[in-house]
Amino acid sequence: MTALRELYQDVILDHNKSPRNFGRMENPDRKVDGYNPLCGDHFTIFVRLKDNVIEDIRFEGAGCAISKASASVMCSTVKGKTIEEAEKLFAVFHRLVTGEADPMSQLDGLGKLAAFSGVSEFPARVKCATLAWHTLHAALETNQHRVTTE
Amino acid sequence: MTNTVIDIAPARTTLGKFDPSAVRADFPILNQLVNGKPLVYLDNAATSQKPLAVIDAMNRYYLEENSNIHRGVHFLSDKATQSYEAARMKIRDFINARDAKEIIFVRGTTEAVNLVASSFGRSRFRKDDEILVSAMEHHSNLVPWQMIAEETGAILRIIPMNDHGELFLDKFEKMLNPRTKFVAVVHVSNVLGTVNPIQQIIGLSHAAGVPVLVDGAQAVPHMRIDVRQLDCDFYAFSGHKMFGPTGVGVLYGKASYLDAMPPYQGGGDMIKSVTYHKTIYNELPNKFEAGTPNIVGGVGLGATIDYLRSISFDQVAAYEHELLEYATGMLSTIPGLKIIGTAQHKASVISFVLDGIHPHDIGTILDDEGIAIRTGHHCAQPVMQCFGIPATARASFALYNTREEIDSLVSGIHKVIKIFS
Repeated sequence: MTALRELYQDVILDHNKSPRNFGRMENPDRKVDGYNPLCGDHFTIFVRLKDNVIEDIRFEGAGCAISKASASVMCSTVKGKTIEEAEKLFAVFHRLVTGEADPMSQLDGLGKLAAFSGVSEFPARVKCATLAWHTLHAALETNQHRVTTE
Repeated sequence: MTNTVIDIAPARTTLGKFDPSAVRADFPILNQLVNGKPLVYLDNAATSQKPLAVIDAMNRYYLEENSNIHRGVHFLSDKATQSYEAARMKIRDFINARDAKEIIFVRGTTEAVNLVASSFGRSRFRKDDEILVSAMEHHSNLVPWQMIAEETGAILRIIPMNDHGELFLDKFEKMLNPRTKFVAVVHVSNVLGTVNPIQQIIGLSHAAGVPVLVDGAQAVPHMRIDVRQLDCDFYAFSGHKMFGPTGVGVLYGKASYLDAMPPYQGGGDMIKSVTYHKTIYNELPNKFEAGTPNIVGGVGLGATIDYLRSISFDQVAAYEHELLEYATGMLSTIPGLKIIGTAQHKASVISFVLDGIHPHDIGTILDDEGIAIRTGHHCAQPVMQCFGIPATARASFALYNTREEIDSLVSGIHKVIKIFS
């Protein structure tokens, strides 16, 4: 498979075309805007928490296929997980897309997140893949209302 | 100091027609593979490539002449000063300024605009004075005016444009009033490609007694500029967009304005005499050139002008127009593609969007084909807001681009569409 095909895998194209958990949430516990000023991508992440668990999560906004699919897959993946589990997934995902981890050893348990392993070959696109995650991190960690990739 | 124009390149025309293949040979960087495919460089509005003659001139400067200018009594300092000042003369001739002292070396267009906004604005703008800029400005000709407006209490007003990306001249004329103190407008839009009717804008402004700065960064590589014919008060451009080095650019200003303006930065070279408490500033152009400048950049820019002089601008303009027409026609046949910026008078810049496909994805997939375009907001976020889009893909052509490269662009875009279908 070429590097380009590795990047635009079917999972990514599918989630770009039909994003899951897309649209606003009424009365969320946390709501944070994520923005990449270099390309104009922007997403809002809505989170509903019960105790320590992400009971529901949705997103809205616009961006490239990588950033949109990443937000969609992220929402599907972390729903029902604890805050600690979500943060741990972000750490692994970050290593995956920056090429710091050996993908083969990390893919187990990542599920559809593994589809983003091709991003590591495109350093300019790492920010696209991590925008939603940085936004979620801010939502879980603080009361910040806006994060940017810069 | 010499003012000789040296024709360093052989004739690039056959029977009066421009020959891009002869020009391409002057730009070695174009001859390479990217991702296994021949490089197709269509990001010229971001920065242009440099001909060997310019690279050689800069190497030669460092190999044979390097020294500091304007202050040494030794051989090399004298030589370096001569090369640097010769470049200033070449620039004067190139844009037909009256006097070499009206040519101020700066880092680029951005610094030129900041210089004028700070120096002219700080000394002359008062509360409720009005500054006019156009709706299609690059951030570099918008933010400096916002900053000085905030500092002085002046008001920034925006000359509107239509859906094609053309300024409303009638509305502009009505905006001019006794409170208007300055007009700053782009000659050629870096996003839309629009060539603005600056001659008329200058005429209307002068009729109202208002000075005009023209951001010429995207104009200088494509057309002959005659600042005296335009009668602009300031004209700013960058070396690197006109096949010269990065980090050097030019502010042209009428001596009458520059003489009356306070210095922009203080330091060496801009002084006549200094005591602990009082400094007498130097004459033009040194008054605005504090510190050791980008000497090799100036020398490189001089060599760039020698190079451009060896090419007929009229033929280049005609050739680039042909490329623009061809590309516009070819891109228009692609389903779901929309060109942003459809002014009647355009330079060879085409911004476009594709239905349901983000420009970044277009850029990544084209790069895989060896094609370099620019994607994003192009440092013109308000222009994006005007057209209701987050970003565009932009192909911008220079004199070394070919029809075959446009064909590659078109088949690359078809590949993008296929991947996303």
